[in-house]
Amino acid sequence: MAETVFFYIFTSLMLAAAIAVVRHRSPMYSVLSLLVVMFCLSGLFVMLGAYFLAAIQVLLYAGAVLVLFLYVLMLLNLSPDSLNRANVFIQPVAGITAAGLLFVALCRVATQSPLPPTPTVAQPGTIEALGRLLFRDYLLPFELTSFLILAAIIGAVTLAKGKSPS
Amino acid sequence: MVTVTHYVVASAALFCIGLAGVMSRRNVLMILLCVELMLNAANLLFVAYSKAWGNLHGQMIVFFVITVAAAEVTVGLAIAILMMRQRNTLDADAVQSMKW
Repeated sequence: MAETVFFYIFTSLMLAAAIAVVRHRSPMYSVLSLLVVMFCLSGLFVMLGAYFLAAIQVLLYAGAVLVLFLYVLMLLNLSPDSLNRANVFIQPVAGITAAGLLFVALCRVATQSPLPPTPTVAQPGTIEALGRLLFRDYLLPFELTSFLILAAIIGAVTLAKGKSPS
Repeated sequence: MVTVTHYVVASAALFCIGLAGVMSRRNVLMILLCVELMLNAANLLFVAYSKAWGNLHGQMIVFFVITVAAAEVTVGLAIAILMMRQRNTLDADAVQSMKW
């Protein structure tokens, strides 16, 4: 079963890289581990038939968001002092405990929730099918997204510009 | 045979790793990275159920989530730059003037 093998390869690599994102000391390595997570997720999307989203995942996340992260990291040029973990012991313990409890709860939900009633035929998420849906049923959210991005651009420029010379 | 439940458990594990990161790291940039992990876990869940139900609406939601995440990262990193410039730190605990 090639599907099973690839599922376990992608998932284990993804989870290992996610743990590296959380645990690694240097933010630079964390960003690069997040890149591995993105590529593994893209592979899982291909296995689920979401071809367009797999391409978008690589293009937008790996291409735009992570490059932005790396750019800001290099711009800030963090000193080693500012990367020191908090010496509060309670924070990692609380985080791991909460995450473990949530994982147990989510696994119970996943195994007990009812599956779709009939094994339906999966539609492949090609550009054509998604574009048809996007410009017919989701036209208004699509247009509102452009306003959101415009607001984000203006907000980012206003925030990072610094004090106005008035 | 890989079922939907496999994908749900993988997504839950990814989400919980992100949650542990948000709760345990104090660097603002690391918190943003871990929030990205959690968003991607939700995306995986949407795509898995989109396949299980045989329609594409879940994949549309993921499309919008990716767009919103890009906008969120832009503003969040601008705030991080501003914080570094004004307070000279990226520690989330150091910014507490709005704490009650």
